[in-house]
Amino acid sequence: MSATMTSSTASSSGSPKRAPVADQDWRKIGKWGGLCTLALVLVSLIGMPVGLDRRILIHPILSLGYLSLLWIPLMLGFVVSKQVKLEGVESPDPGGRDLLAGALTGLMGGVGMAVFMLALNTFNLRDPLVNWSPKLLELLNYGRGLGFGVVAWLLACCVLGLLGSAIHVVPADVRRVVSFSAFGLLGIAVLEGAIADLSEGFGLEFLTDSIYAKRGGVTVVWSIVLAVVIGVVSVLTKGRLKAAKANYSGLQGPERKRASRIIFVVTALLTIILPLFLGTIMNELLANVGLFLLLALGLNIVVGLAGILDLGYVAFFAVGGYTTAVLTSPDSPFFAPEMHFAVTLVIVVVFAGIVGLVIGAPVIRMRGDYLAIVTLGFGEIIRLLFMSDWLKPYFGGAQGITNVPGVDLGFITIKGTDPRSVFYLVLVFCALAIYISWRLQASRLGRAWMAIREDEKVAEAMGINTVNTKLLAFVVGAVLASFSGAILVAKVGSVFPNSFMILVSIIILVVVIVGGMGNIAGVLVGSFVLIGILGGPRQPGLLHEFQSFKLLIYGALLVFMMLQRPEGLVPSSRRSQELHQEEFLQDVWLKSEEHEAEEREAEVHAVEVGGAEGNNGGGA
Amino acid sequence: MSHLMEIRDLKITFGGLDALSGLNFHVDEGEIVSVIGPNGAGKTTFFNAITGLVDPTEGNILFDGESILGLDPHQVTGLGIARTFQNVRLFPNMTVLENIMVAQHCRTSQLVFGALLQTAAFKKEEQEIEERAKEVLAFFGSRLVGYRYDQPAFVLSYANRRRLEIARAMATQPRLMLLDEPVAGMNPMETAELTALIGRLRSEWGFTIVMIEHDMRVVRDVSDRVVVLDHGVPIAQGSYDEVSTNPDVVEAYLGRPAEDGT
Repeated sequence: MSATMTSSTASSSGSPKRAPVADQDWRKIGKWGGLCTLALVLVSLIGMPVGLDRRILIHPILSLGYLSLLWIPLMLGFVVSKQVKLEGVESPDPGGRDLLAGALTGLMGGVGMAVFMLALNTFNLRDPLVNWSPKLLELLNYGRGLGFGVVAWLLACCVLGLLGSAIHVVPADVRRVVSFSAFGLLGIAVLEGAIADLSEGFGLEFLTDSIYAKRGGVTVVWSIVLAVVIGVVSVLTKGRLKAAKANYSGLQGPERKRASRIIFVVTALLTIILPLFLGTIMNELLANVGLFLLLALGLNIVVGLAGILDLGYVAFFAVGGYTTAVLTSPDSPFFAPEMHFAVTLVIVVVFAGIVGLVIGAPVIRMRGDYLAIVTLGFGEIIRLLFMSDWLKPYFGGAQGITNVPGVDLGFITIKGTDPRSVFYLVLVFCALAIYISWRLQASRLGRAWMAIREDEKVAEAMGINTVNTKLLAFVVGAVLASFSGAILVAKVGSVFPNSFMILVSIIILVVVIVGGMGNIAGVLVGSFVLIGILGGPRQPGLLHEFQSFKLLIYGALLVFMMLQRPEGLVPSSRRSQELHQEEFLQDVWLKSEEHEAEEREAEVHAVEVGGAEGNNGGGA
Repeated sequence: MSHLMEIRDLKITFGGLDALSGLNFHVDEGEIVSVIGPNGAGKTTFFNAITGLVDPTEGNILFDGESILGLDPHQVTGLGIARTFQNVRLFPNMTVLENIMVAQHCRTSQLVFGALLQTAAFKKEEQEIEERAKEVLAFFGSRLVGYRYDQPAFVLSYANRRRLEIARAMATQPRLMLLDEPVAGMNPMETAELTALIGRLRSEWGFTIVMIEHDMRVVRDVSDRVVVLDHGVPIAQGSYDEVSTNPDVVEAYLGRPAEDGT
């Protein structure tokens, strides 16, 4: 029954059309097959399979190391058999032809791997290629000899390519269930640390103990059970979420307000209560996510709202950190007033504002790429200043300032050894930052920022003092970043110039872009996904095995997002409109036709009634 | 009586090219003046100079008796001069209503703290901004109201974009409005409608209007006075009838008759 759903266009026109199996686009297969080979060999050579082998996802068959290879033929099989649907052109039904294409693409990858393994066995290129090792070979052939490995890879890649292409062929319902099960299971495996920690907090260890094997990873039996459960749940909940969402956005006035308030209260309660049940590692992770979320929210105001591409954002992070360290630490080399954190914060705000103005004033008159480069420079300059010998008597040079006390609240001292308290501190500031972003967005200032982002020259001609308005965005962003810096230093207990590398700026920017520029929810999701799962520049995430490949993954993810979903994971409606103008125009066009029809009716009606008053020259 | 705007010996040079040379011009309160001239005559440069986008090389621009030379564009707008652009330049991804609301920036004052603390003054101002925006949009009949409020500007038809641009200029609450080819690209019906609107801009809203226009019917129908520019020099001034029969003007537009040529 569901098969007819996917092929409704074809089946409505009578007999479904299938292209003959041999009618292949060989160039396309060659291209993607070659890419498959390249990707497999490259991933093997950068050491991902070996490095990630210790992290087991499904005990004992699948480790993250194998997964880092296996997704490639699956994905490329999917890509190669994807049909571009053109309007007005009836594309043939997906079928045997596509399956063959996928399988062949996978097979090419498999052949590549086989050749690679033979080469691994015969030559020794360990000198330039560090990962060209017997260990890799052993891993690739499952420790059962070369012959087994070659055959296994040929078969596995072929099958995976076939599976990838089968995604297009199977009915939509099946596709949905399978993808839910697969991604759900993957999620449970990846989030093992978080789930185990959480269940421990709730006293449910017995459950996670049985789900996860001792060495890590979901056990085979449980993975089957979980996959089935998730599959069933996905069938049961089909369409519910969408309906709920539509229902929510359909609400109006006070009802909408009430619904939003309930959602807000529930989320707030969850964020406040959940950490109580989490262990040290998870709280540490959450605190890191919070620190970067605070930074990302600030950058979101600068880049997302005002459209100033600031690549030196880390400078303000550093200013916040150093100001706090100097003012609170007894070991501050030159000036050590040992103030309380709360007093320091006020000074931090003032300082960050001043630095924002000083850096911003010359920079803000530039536009686009020039501004980005100059801010990049300023970001480095600030770090180098803190590191320099010249300022060493004041800031301690490369040794930094240590012995920064925690935040003494009287009944409790917030410091790094108690990450939960740090998390709550960060939470307060994140809430503040979210409030600031939210209120400013919908104010006179927010509109002015938007106008500047759209067309600076016209904004100026429409009476907006662009220099001051942009500076204000710069300063607000700087203040939020400095809060994050202050908390970081109080948490870690020390400050070093190398904590403020240019990389931090870039990672925050990636968080904002991948999450969804200009949208608070997007930035939230971005920080959780990127910092929480992959980890920050120095802070490990849930997949801490990725540490050495983090930059590669960040880069790959950014490229992928730019190609496939440039508006980000959770985009603001404005931004998705901007990037999908054509689709949006079509929708509007259809809607306005309805409107016009209604209007015409109303006009006719008005004429019939005999409305003598001219309707504002509308029909002149 | 002093003029609302007076321009004395305005000269603008780009490199070696005189975009404007020795332009004398004035507008009185409540006038509608058209500036016409062939392409490249310096009409838009003239507007750019008034609004502070281009700095004049020589001369002076007086608005309400005071020089506005060297002011930034936003300060000029603050004094009460608003403009539209020849190639429509809206904020395409902002909604229709937001386009108008943002134009009231220089007439309002709330900054960060009002927004954060949601003060009574802030709320009142926001409400006023919205009301005024709706009032301005209502001037264009049913074309920019209702469901249009929340549509991004890029979905509007060409004629509606032109209207929205005029609305945006109105929202800055100017005394003098500079319209750069307001009816360019419109069909005859839309042109006629907009011509009537320009008249009403003066009669109902009290704006003084300087308009660059190529459509001679519009120029004839609304202007009190016409100024003809050619190669940066004013070659004629007066009522439409005077100007349209002036031999210099005819020559500038149509060229010298063949027998006179050298």
